[in-house]
Amino acid sequence: MSAQPALPTAAEEAALARAWSRRPGFWGALAAVDHKVIGRRYIATAFVFLLLGGLAALAMRWQLATPEARWLTPDLYNQLFTTHGTSMMFLFAVPVMEAMGVYLLPLMLGTRNIAFPRLNAFSYWIYLAGGLLLWGSLLIDMAPDVGWFAYVPLAGPQYGAGKRADIWAQMVTFTELAALAVAISIVATVFKQRAPGMALDRMPLFAWAMLVTAFAIILAMPAVMIGSTAMILDRLVGTHFYNPAEGGDVLLWQHLFWFFGHPEVYIIFLPAVGMISTMLPTFCRRPVFGYLPLVLALVGTGILAFGLWVHHMFTTGLPRLGESFFTASSMAIAVPSGLQIFCWLATLWRAEPRPGDLTRTPMLFIIGFFATFILGGMTGVMVAAVPLDTQLHDSYFVVAHFHYVLVGGAVFPLIGALYYWFPKFTGRRLSEARGRWVAGLLILGFNLTFFPMHWLGLAGMPRRVYTYPPEMGWAGVNLFVSASALLLAAGFLLLLVDVALSLRRGAPAGDNPWDAGTLEWATSSPPPPYNFAALPVVRTAAPLWDGNGPLPVATGLATDRREVLLTTVLAASPETREPSPEDSIWPFWAALATTALLIGSIFTPWAVVWGAIPTTAALVAWFWPKTAEEDR
Amino acid sequence: MQRRAVLDLSRLPEDAPSSGSLTWWGTLAFMLIEGTGFALAVAVYLYLGSLDPGWRQGAPPPAWGPGLGVTLLLLASLVPNLLLMRWARAGDLKRTRLGLLLMAGFGTAPLLLRIFEFAAFGVSWDDSAYGSAVWLLLGLHTTHILTDLVETYVLCFLFFTRHGDHPRRYGDVQDGALYWYFVVLTWLPIFGCLYGLPRL
Repeated sequence: MSAQPALPTAAEEAALARAWSRRPGFWGALAAVDHKVIGRRYIATAFVFLLLGGLAALAMRWQLATPEARWLTPDLYNQLFTTHGTSMMFLFAVPVMEAMGVYLLPLMLGTRNIAFPRLNAFSYWIYLAGGLLLWGSLLIDMAPDVGWFAYVPLAGPQYGAGKRADIWAQMVTFTELAALAVAISIVATVFKQRAPGMALDRMPLFAWAMLVTAFAIILAMPAVMIGSTAMILDRLVGTHFYNPAEGGDVLLWQHLFWFFGHPEVYIIFLPAVGMISTMLPTFCRRPVFGYLPLVLALVGTGILAFGLWVHHMFTTGLPRLGESFFTASSMAIAVPSGLQIFCWLATLWRAEPRPGDLTRTPMLFIIGFFATFILGGMTGVMVAAVPLDTQLHDSYFVVAHFHYVLVGGAVFPLIGALYYWFPKFTGRRLSEARGRWVAGLLILGFNLTFFPMHWLGLAGMPRRVYTYPPEMGWAGVNLFVSASALLLAAGFLLLLVDVALSLRRGAPAGDNPWDAGTLEWATSSPPPPYNFAALPVVRTAAPLWDGNGPLPVATGLATDRREVLLTTVLAASPETREPSPEDSIWPFWAALATTALLIGSIFTPWAVVWGAIPTTAALVAWFWPKTAEEDR
Repeated sequence: MQRRAVLDLSRLPEDAPSSGSLTWWGTLAFMLIEGTGFALAVAVYLYLGSLDPGWRQGAPPPAWGPGLGVTLLLLASLVPNLLLMRWARAGDLKRTRLGLLLMAGFGTAPLLLRIFEFAAFGVSWDDSAYGSAVWLLLGLHTTHILTDLVETYVLCFLFFTRHGDHPRRYGDVQDGALYWYFVVLTWLPIFGCLYGLPRL
């Protein structure tokens, strides 16, 4: 290596911009493979599905506000709670967390694009198609009505007439395919595209969290794909996987679903704790306390997540020894979560904040997370005990519990992360004044809405009922819950207003508005298409806090074409230079062909055969080298 | 932000050993996904079989012929696959073309025999849960043979065009060969399960 490499010149930066920019116009937009473009689309789409899911929830709360209401029919109510849960889990929570990784990881790791960017683009289109399938079906009164976990025999051929359950099962195929594609990109990016010197123990904790999440996706999602495929086969071509009369078993569905469904909770939760571990040090002005225990907690949670699924099935009459095992493992997973909480508390304890740091909007959400998530964790330990679970199963207590865990544990950190990284996404800051109102409304509104549900559950109110008689004595609390839901909705509305106003009029952010230590803040806001003209060279876990003068960088990657640096897995020593794929329309066409195949197969098995032809053709065209660059 | 250049990457090589490339890691991740899928499909078979010892409902154990033939063909294909990997690694255009042609043949033959294998079980997917589980396992594995075969055909065609003789395309051939090992090796436990368990 030469002694004094030179920084990129203005001409070289202009060449880089030409090489990495997406083509203008409609077709250019469809062909884009820039991780920032795909990440932004993914995040925006996921928030649209969040709002739609929220509207479905408001409709349900309106219905439940008074006893014996007739505003929604039982059938529409069934469609709404199914679409709400399915949308929140499959179309919002998992995709938005992966999307944050898609946008942020290449910047945090100091590379120019994500690995397999075309696969990443394909994933977005498939995800969008799955979401449109679900919400489109609601528009034509054909939405799934079997709950977000679609238990058989209710969702089987005997009781689930029509195509509603098939739409649910095929929507699962869309979203899981999309999630798996992103997971592959994330694993390869984290392993091979880290900046020179970013050894594994210098990697931001968010990257660790996304790595563990990606592996959890890879190991969990096949279970629900196999399960839902078997369900479609039972319904479409008469197989008997779930038919006890011919040697099948209905509990097989629950095993397959929850072998995926429980890790799913951690697939949503782990990125959120990664965000907290990354944001907290910025406002505490010190490195996070206990980097190694935090990494071990992430990995430990990822592993334990696969040993809990049966606790969703305690009331199905399983052998008692099995129940005891799963009670113990369900309580054990509280240990790594507790460990993380103590590390964060220690970080706060020894904070050296500047005035106002600890009351910034992202911090308010982190504090809201502590209060809310810990409550959800406590009720989790409660329902891990079989006798209590037997009483509370399928009651509003469980509804309260999982909303505390998912909203408190994942949505609050996510909104905090939105306030934290919005300046990087857009170049403008969200409003701190409005942000405090958003945090106040969301945290207060959430607790007022969901805390009383614990009581409703203890008082015997089952979940998924479209109404209740007045003599049950649930009316007052239900009215209170519904009124509080309006407060929660107001919080989300204000968030939307803040985003819309700040996009146009927000204060300019500058490169590093929070004076944070990780690499995404080492480039402009929003970043140029190539992210970094010269890749950062990393020597500590917080490279921008080194305090040794100018940022050390590496030069010598191509400036006239798309090229990324690959480094070794452990130490991140430079290994090779590899071309990064050009924009391509073919992931879009491949996604469209796959969509036709999957939607067609709801109605006839032959769609798989005929649909395979255009899908294969699109994939071959995607793979086929078309330019001299692609022959390199 | 102030920067100072401390490292020059311009002399790094442009083609990596296999484990250094992104595609190698991507292929590994795909194998992990699909390996999990196979394991779960076997688990479905074992789970349903363990619930009811009479789950085959009188269906005879599968006839050995076609299944054994598929297995032997798949095992035999490991030899040309290994050679293809070596030739591609050496960047030998003529031999890589030959290897791809060989592998196109070694991929097609078990696929044809597979048609008879479905019949050798003497059970339809809609006869019983046993039939469903058998067709699921066979179908899943057949899909893998088919997708790898399509990839082999495309690569084979590509290598007879001007796009073939490039380092990245040799890398693609090696990754395809790596994936074929996976297709063959995952068949062995499935074969043991489908043919051994009904005879216990």
